[in-house]
Amino acid sequence: MSIELPASTRRSFLKQGFSLGSALWALNPGGAAASPGPAPEPERSRVVIARDAKIRTANSSLDSAQLAKLLDRALEASFDCSSPVEAWKKVVRPGEVVGLKVNCLGGHGNATHPELVEAISERLQQAGITEIVIWERLNSDLERARYKIVERGSGVRCFGNDTLGFEDDLSTFGQAGSRVCRTLTQVCDAVINLPVLKDHGIAGVTLALKSMFGAIHNPNKYHSNACDPYVADVFALPPIRRKLRLHICDGINAQYEGGPSYMPQWMWPFNGLLVARDPVALDYVGWKIIEKKRADAGMKPLKELKRHPTYILTAADAEHRLGTCDPKRIEQVEI
Amino acid sequence: MARGRDDLLNTVDRRAFLKAASLPCLAACSGALVGAPLAAPLFAGPLVAPAVENDAQFIREAKFYEKLPYKKIKCKLCPRECVIDDQERGYCGVRENRGGTYYTLVHSRVVTAHIDPIEKKPFFHFLPGAEAFSVATAGCNVNCKMCQNWDISQVRPEQVRSTYVPPDRLTALARQNNCPVIAYTYSEPVIFLEYVLDCAQAVRAAGVRSVVVSGGYIQTDPLNQLCARVDAIKIDLKAYSEKFYKEVVNGELKPVLEALVTLRKNGTWNEIVYLVVPTLNDGDSEFRGLARWIKSELGPDVPLHFSRFHPEYLLKNLPPTPLETLERAKAIADAEGLHYVYIGNVPGHPAESTYCPHCRRKVVERTGYTIAGIHLHHGKCQYCQTPIPGVWT
Repeated sequence: MSIELPASTRRSFLKQGFSLGSALWALNPGGAAASPGPAPEPERSRVVIARDAKIRTANSSLDSAQLAKLLDRALEASFDCSSPVEAWKKVVRPGEVVGLKVNCLGGHGNATHPELVEAISERLQQAGITEIVIWERLNSDLERARYKIVERGSGVRCFGNDTLGFEDDLSTFGQAGSRVCRTLTQVCDAVINLPVLKDHGIAGVTLALKSMFGAIHNPNKYHSNACDPYVADVFALPPIRRKLRLHICDGINAQYEGGPSYMPQWMWPFNGLLVARDPVALDYVGWKIIEKKRADAGMKPLKELKRHPTYILTAADAEHRLGTCDPKRIEQVEI
Repeated sequence: MARGRDDLLNTVDRRAFLKAASLPCLAACSGALVGAPLAAPLFAGPLVAPAVENDAQFIREAKFYEKLPYKKIKCKLCPRECVIDDQERGYCGVRENRGGTYYTLVHSRVVTAHIDPIEKKPFFHFLPGAEAFSVATAGCNVNCKMCQNWDISQVRPEQVRSTYVPPDRLTALARQNNCPVIAYTYSEPVIFLEYVLDCAQAVRAAGVRSVVVSGGYIQTDPLNQLCARVDAIKIDLKAYSEKFYKEVVNGELKPVLEALVTLRKNGTWNEIVYLVVPTLNDGDSEFRGLARWIKSELGPDVPLHFSRFHPEYLLKNLPPTPLETLERAKAIADAEGLHYVYIGNVPGHPAESTYCPHCRRKVVERTGYTIAGIHLHHGKCQYCQTPIPGVWT
């Protein structure tokens, strides 16, 4: 699966570096220096919602080729590019080791689809990436979600945090004090976050932000108060925050109640992907999708059930600055 | 699991055990001073353990929980009452829902074993000078920002190296090392309660006593069962304010106070440690409120230890407790009428010793963890015959 990398030039590096800088700026909208003259319009965070019923065949199984096309369109729309490889080159640089953080807690029924991961891996390789690591909390989580553990070798590897363990030193931010997994700190140069669109019995929803509970040694300590402010604090841990580049939420099958465990009675075929560089904007949009589905199904809003995902608002506050949850500053693009 | 570690815990003589034993000498959660290690590390190494021989040997169905619809469970061990989805764990990190059945993952899963003087726990009115064979598993049901042992209490069992020590083996180890007491300590025995209950039953039959060092964040039913099996329980009362419990401990004060009353009702010997953290729980009104509550609800004879804090874990920004603060706390508690108020983690301080509340003479002389003299006769002051409460023989 490996490809030959073109020789890197200063010009290509600068071009890629500039693009990457733009991407990171979206995560830190408060970081821009003041300039004279009228205040510029604040940067808007784009969230692409890409849906296509054709990703399912007549017998409702997943059509991998159609899913790959949907992914391509979503990436092109996210980065205003005319080809998916061009878009991916705005996310990663050749030679980087790229981690794909999947979410497999729910097992086969509501985990990040391996077909999606395969499509992403293929495009990453076409963009010059030779080392890809698919990772999650535990090897057993990955296996239950149909992933095969590959701990050694080059190319694409796949393993849980139990393979390499956690840093000895604590990372701290706000109320969080955690050891971050070595897969993220020592192996990966960049991470693509691949959560699932689903409800959570304590946090309200679990999307891009909460998925980083899978990168630390003590997520069990952070479920009080509907996980607020812990989700935002964990995401803001420096080793995590600085390596996340893009969030692609798997909404092929979505779940609006009973999560994070797989509850087939509350799944629905959303047939889509949510793509964003801003995790807060993605979570906000995903949360509203789940709330709408709950309302359509005659269920109470999450707030009434005391699992209002206020951690999304916390993630956007001045202390965290992980992104925006202001609808006026979210550019929602549906394709 | 490395064969070497098994060999070490199979040792039968004290010298071999001491050579083998445990993580670097661990202080109790109360923040007791970490002294010179008694022994070389047994489980030193990377955070993640190599694959153990048989993970299943540590797993037992939990005793205290109820099943809920959709394979969820509600834990009934501590007041937190975690509601846990399939494949998830509770706050403690050592109990897991597997298909709607709740399991402890730490039965007989010992992460540290050590021989400590019982004064280190501290117990000052329980077999002075006795050596306590002290064990812990990973995990805790709170997350104190000043935890001295966070590297075992705030991790999951598979993240630290451990060894299989079932109750009969623990009993044998205590006896082989001439320890009259086993202490369940270092992390939080509440979260390995099934193991404590089984061990306490086994060692009692062998003439060995059991003591527990706990934060006391436990429900009444499991606590009553614990009281029936063990000989003494020391409670780390982290503060006398709900605010501190919420912000620093990630727990609640009220259930801990209720647990202390339950201990009293059960007649289980109890001592209380209060770790004095500068600026966070060191106010006069707090000391006074605590002393008054103890006197009115538990009586004046419950030993109360004010211990010095040392910067650790998430509170490295604070200084050690000034001695004057500890002495002020003791003076307030003395003035409120408590009979046995100690100062801890200050080796050589006069308030390490026990004084007869009637004649004011020293009845147990201590320097650090060393007993310099015991002046009791059948549990009474040898000078004035005043009964001194405790377990002395």
